[in-house]
Amino acid sequence: MSTDTTAGTSPETGTGTFAPRPGAAPLVRMIRAQAALETRMLLRNGEQLLLTVVIPTLLLVLFSAVDIIDTGEGEAVDFLAPGVLALAVMSTAFTGQAIATGFERRYGVLKRLGASPLPRWGLMTAKTCSVLVTEVLQIALLTVIAFALGWSPHGNPLSVLALLVLGTAAFSGLGLLMAGTLKAEATLAAANLVFLLLLVGGGVIVPLDKFPAGARSVLELLPISALSDGLRDVLQHGAGLPWGDLGILAAWAVLGLGAAARFFRWE
Amino acid sequence: MRSAFPGDDPRPPGRELAVEIHGLVKRYGPKTAVDGLDLSVATGTLTAVLGPNGAGKTTTIETCEGYRRPDAGTVRVLGLDPVADSAALRPRIGVMLQSGGVYPGARAEEMLRHTASLHAHPVDVDALIDRLGLGSCGRTAYRRLSGGQQQRLALAMAVVGRPELVFLDEPTAGLDPQARRATWDLVRELRADGVTVVLTTHHMDEAEQLADDVAIVDGGKVIAQGSPEELCRGGAENTLRFSGRPGLDLDSLLKALPADSAAAELTSGTYRVTGKVDPQLLATVTVWCAQNGVMPDRIAVERHTLEDVFLELTGKELRA
Repeated sequence: MSTDTTAGTSPETGTGTFAPRPGAAPLVRMIRAQAALETRMLLRNGEQLLLTVVIPTLLLVLFSAVDIIDTGEGEAVDFLAPGVLALAVMSTAFTGQAIATGFERRYGVLKRLGASPLPRWGLMTAKTCSVLVTEVLQIALLTVIAFALGWSPHGNPLSVLALLVLGTAAFSGLGLLMAGTLKAEATLAAANLVFLLLLVGGGVIVPLDKFPAGARSVLELLPISALSDGLRDVLQHGAGLPWGDLGILAAWAVLGLGAAARFFRWE
Repeated sequence: MRSAFPGDDPRPPGRELAVEIHGLVKRYGPKTAVDGLDLSVATGTLTAVLGPNGAGKTTTIETCEGYRRPDAGTVRVLGLDPVADSAALRPRIGVMLQSGGVYPGARAEEMLRHTASLHAHPVDVDALIDRLGLGSCGRTAYRRLSGGQQQRLALAMAVVGRPELVFLDEPTAGLDPQARRATWDLVRELRADGVTVVLTTHHMDEAEQLADDVAIVDGGKVIAQGSPEELCRGGAENTLRFSGRPGLDLDSLLKALPADSAAAELTSGTYRVTGKVDPQLLATVTVWCAQNGVMPDRIAVERHTLEDVFLELTGKELRA
């Protein structure tokens, strides 16, 4: 028999170390492990920290302390803090996630995980958990700094939560769409460019009423504008639920996540 | 005894198959990567898929892993459809890709522990790290590992979940001889522990050293399958080579040799005699050389190798 003829080249008996005993870990454990790993990768990456922590913090501190931009009535920090929270969400859910996922695709990480016991939806769930954990850390840090700068927020925390969750969904969809369709280098360039453009033109630190009326009506439809405007309505002006902004974010979320689900390529 | 060549005699009955491929076709645009490939892998054996670059080895393996959907033909892995039954199959197989698969910023040990945590009964990670000599670089980020260390980490990730079946795509490509030997030892141990192993290679010696069964792939098809011994018996038994002056008249040599022998001038001045190469035949050749005033330079008796088999079957050198 053919299988016996080369037995001499192999050990006669194994040690049993690798004796097959296959099986997937419990789903919750897999997702938790994956989310923890993704979060560690993000927090360990210097460029990512620049985007998610350093830039929002600097903008908040700098423009609160120095009167460069006319932020209208009241304390500058009351205008800036909601905008910077919106920026933090965008930096993690969109820019950071797009770049990280783009390179994971490029380096075969998504492919290799695709052959592991973790299902694809489990991987996406873990990514979302990782984004949410990072956002919680960002928001905690920025809130402490804003309070130190004299911030006095208003409004219902649940309205804020609704805006943050829908904003995260909208930006995640767009980030994953970019990561799953473009080359990693193109994603890196485009995600940074979009971050910069939306930072300037999305009502984060520059009020949208500084733009001409025609441009403003278009800019107001951007997800970053909806998120910063909505957060400002609630936190600065004590509004209830800003339905218009929530509607815009929901529309982006449906479009972005739908397109990502349809067009995302794993390798 | 099973035939070394496909098409005539299938596997002996009663033997379970870990992988069963019939008539697999896979095209990428106008290019046909796999063109009607048949392959069977018996449970508990080590099969080497041998062939030059572009022969269709990786596409075949990746179809078994569920990454590619066949354009035609059927693929069964552990009795399952790799695409439709992916969720049931994935926990049972181990996969080593040809390259990549790890977060560039992840540390070697961290990534291996993570992979282990996706499985119910993983191998002891510390022991595996020692075993593969990854201890010294356990805290090093993947992108800073040497090529050989990256290969060994990928191998460790493929086996850490105690799979029934592992697919290793060129596990020793780019390794130095020592690391190559360590990989061979691990692969042999897997087989001894009852793991079915399918590996691709374009190294003849790797296939000869490790495999129970070798499938020679060329042009997207398996052109021969069998144990190394069976494959090597497929052609002439032995070969005698010598060098002399070019253009010798071999007719008189053939008259002196036994009837089932053959002689040919391979390249200018190098000659090959095939047949039952025994002391008598060697004497006949040297006597004939003496009669013709030829000093047979570099005379050598060689066992028929997989390299020869490959050359005969495809007309190509394997090292592409």
